[in-house]
Amino acid sequence: MQAMAIEQQGWTVACARSDLVANSGVVAWVEGVQVALFYLPDGEQVFAVENRDPLSGANVIGRGIVGSLAGDLVVAAPLYKQHFRLQDGTCLEYPEQVLKVWPVRVSGDVVEVYLGG
Amino acid sequence: MNSTNERQTLVVIGNGMVGHHCVEQLVERGALAHYRIEVFSEEPLRAYDRVHLSEYFGGRDAESLALGEAGLYQTPGVTLHLGVPVLEIDRARNEVITANGCVPYDHLVLATGSYPFVPPIEGAAGDSRLVYRTLADLDTIQAAAKNARRGVVVGGGLLGLEAANALKSLGLEAHVVEFAPRLMPVQLDDNGGQALKARIEALGVSVHLSSGTQSITPGSDYRYRMNFANDEFLETDLIVFSAGIRPQDALAKACELDLGARGGIAIDSQCRTSDARIFAIGECAAWNGSIFGLVAPGYQMARSVAAQLCDAVGLSDDSAVPFLGADMSTKLKLLGVDVGSIGDAHGATAGARSYRFIDEATSTYRRLIVSADGKQALGAVLVGDNSYYDTLLQYVQNGIALPADPATLILPQGSAAPALGVDALPATATVCSCHNVSKGAICCAIDSGCSDLAALKTSTKAATGCGGCAGLLKQVFEHELSARGVAVDKSLCEHFAYTRQELYSLVRVGGIETFEDMLARHGKGHVGCDICKPAIGSILASCWNRPIQEPWLVPLQDTNDTFMANMQKNGTYSVVPRIPGGEITPDGLIAIGAVAKKYDLYTKITGGQRIDLFGAQLHELPDIWGELIAAGFETGHAYGKSTRTVKSCVGSTWCRYGVQDSVKMALFIEDRYKGLRSPHKLKFAVSGCTRECAEAQSKDVGVIATEKGWNLYVSGNGGMRPRHAELFATDLDDQTLIRYIDRFLMLYIRTADKLQRTSVWRETLEGGLDYLKAVIIDDSLGLGAELEAQMQLVVDRYECEWANALNDPEKLKRFRTFVNAKGGDPDIHFVKERGQIRPMQLDELKLISAVEVV
Repeated sequence: MQAMAIEQQGWTVACARSDLVANSGVVAWVEGVQVALFYLPDGEQVFAVENRDPLSGANVIGRGIVGSLAGDLVVAAPLYKQHFRLQDGTCLEYPEQVLKVWPVRVSGDVVEVYLGG
Repeated sequence: MNSTNERQTLVVIGNGMVGHHCVEQLVERGALAHYRIEVFSEEPLRAYDRVHLSEYFGGRDAESLALGEAGLYQTPGVTLHLGVPVLEIDRARNEVITANGCVPYDHLVLATGSYPFVPPIEGAAGDSRLVYRTLADLDTIQAAAKNARRGVVVGGGLLGLEAANALKSLGLEAHVVEFAPRLMPVQLDDNGGQALKARIEALGVSVHLSSGTQSITPGSDYRYRMNFANDEFLETDLIVFSAGIRPQDALAKACELDLGARGGIAIDSQCRTSDARIFAIGECAAWNGSIFGLVAPGYQMARSVAAQLCDAVGLSDDSAVPFLGADMSTKLKLLGVDVGSIGDAHGATAGARSYRFIDEATSTYRRLIVSADGKQALGAVLVGDNSYYDTLLQYVQNGIALPADPATLILPQGSAAPALGVDALPATATVCSCHNVSKGAICCAIDSGCSDLAALKTSTKAATGCGGCAGLLKQVFEHELSARGVAVDKSLCEHFAYTRQELYSLVRVGGIETFEDMLARHGKGHVGCDICKPAIGSILASCWNRPIQEPWLVPLQDTNDTFMANMQKNGTYSVVPRIPGGEITPDGLIAIGAVAKKYDLYTKITGGQRIDLFGAQLHELPDIWGELIAAGFETGHAYGKSTRTVKSCVGSTWCRYGVQDSVKMALFIEDRYKGLRSPHKLKFAVSGCTRECAEAQSKDVGVIATEKGWNLYVSGNGGMRPRHAELFATDLDDQTLIRYIDRFLMLYIRTADKLQRTSVWRETLEGGLDYLKAVIIDDSLGLGAELEAQMQLVVDRYECEWANALNDPEKLKRFRTFVNAKGGDPDIHFVKERGQIRPMQLDELKLISAVEVV
């Protein structure tokens, strides 16, 4: 019941928990926004970042490889291989490229994203 | 001198290696702003590599032997007259006279080279008087060898042994007849000559020493009989004379230029002849009475002349280096035998003492000649193992103080080789003598940003001449990098402190099948990255060949492997069904066409004889593949670092020239290696005859049909840095061909770096092609059976990845653009062009309503 209350304040169901792929990404369509969801079973972490790759203009970030560089969890964009930090969406190679990131949580069987109030 | 803006005319007579180098140097230094260059060549071919002439019979053609870029002679201001001999030089009028007319010159460079010396022997004519100098000579020898069983080379020097190698590769029983009591009398001493003789005879070439041919008469078992002194004789079907060279100085003599005491056009240290307007360079020139029959001194002369001509018009930034003689040290591989000769190889210096190492069991010989006080190395002789050459050469050339026990320099090297550290070399030490590149120049290039060996070679030209210094260059490069604090870190990435080769062994030896296991046992952290994941994914696939859609493998792959299609710039995919050997039925074509039409895909024929279908969205891929598989197609692995295509021509089935069924062989090869994952993509081709319509010589593995079987070529490459494949083995039967390919591919997979094509891998292989032949053909490492078994495992586990995925609903879940909504990405737009779709460009997006939207 608590979850329902928060959902009304901006949390939206993105997909089923079983839709996530371990150590990889999937893309959900959340209120007209393309959200890439990455799931790392080690520490049960989920990240929600913008699916649009600013360099190519294509919606492909969710199909990048997840990795760790100098302690940061990152995703490598699949077309030109630049790296974005999953934590805050900053790009390691091009500071002017930033991906939006959203709070995300696993709530029972579903994954929820906080797109803003 | 050049007070007017009028360009002067420079005539170069001769387009051999040295003449070519001179023109190249002039153009490079900007001389065309001041000179018009006219080059005359007696031969009908532009300059080619005479050092590697014998490879012509090993499958290299004239074009691949040609030097430099063909475009050089299309540069405005440079004219190459091929097949136009100069008949006369008129020094009074400053003109050269050719069959096509007169050309006046301001400066003249004679680079006429040399001709083979044939001793006057009664009865020598036709096939008993062949020579070995030009490509035309080689064609003549080849024609003479057609009906011959045995061939003799007169002359046991460097060129004679090269010629013997050529006869051997033509399939003849080869003999060498030498007048002197030992082989290579100029470069070797008695012991060295003996060791070389033993090795060459072990290769099946007979050597006859102290044999002067008196006359040639008709033979009884063979065409000719060579009669020696003491009533000895030798019968043969052809005779090649390679008994030394003579400078081609006839033109100079006719116009009364001064000649050297033993012939050759006399030059001073500026390479000037007795006429100040005329230079002479290379083997036609005599400096201080000596002729220099090697390419490196010729190149030195060419550079000196080019620099002087540029100096004269105020162009030069470095003043010309005079020619003051040359070091005649040489490192060769004759008939596959290493031979090296450095400095005073005969110990002629007063008081010189020698250290000798003789191994009669393997016919290996090394001699080090040192000064009377034992402090300086003066010279060396090597037979059987040239790995000592670089170090010894540096000791001799740079006067480096010898170690307390100089003998250690030539004793067999155990694990701790006492090699001279490259840090001991002074900056002035010459590393590449062909292009005169010093250690200092290499350090400069590294300082200005050359960070890999290939870039270093391109920018300095080091190791691009005879290639003999490649090993030394690599050592200098790595040493200098570490000296600059650039750790030559060979770690794959921050998670694995191993090279790809080491990781491969760890996977193989540990029987490791998952990335997690690998990371836990040999890596750092819990996640990995986009470098190590695909690299280890590829190694796992090469070793165990499990379907790449298995859940533990999926996160390792690049997007192309994950979704088994090629991502294009707008995030859509292209799809390539396998069309083995490029052979396809009309029904197959119609099926592909129907799929393309139904899903509105852009279609294009690929370079590998298949059809690429573009513009599919992620969620459409399973439907598209369902239809393709139903029509009998399999995945083409266009997305993987794996076997791509086997291109073929129609071969003997249809073609009037074909000598084998190339399509059948292509189908067999493609079927065997499809699904093989490797450090980089693999391309194959099979041609049905020597016309080579399938372009096999540009592929990783190329197969060309012969009358007797198949010739195998390896490590070719198109793309950014094209490389001709090298002839690896000839006239193979089907089974041997496949066995060699199995071994070749598995050895590559085992030892290549990540994302390294077979061409680059081959170039970095220590020991080069000979080493590769030894491992694969002679099984020198005893690895053959193991490599074949590993390949067989991959072949046996083959399964079409798309068929596998379509049978598993869990795997198909990945193929959704959105996990929570049906349909595609609304941001993907196409427009029509030439009757097909293409991605809309960004500037067209603004006009989205005005264009035809699909």
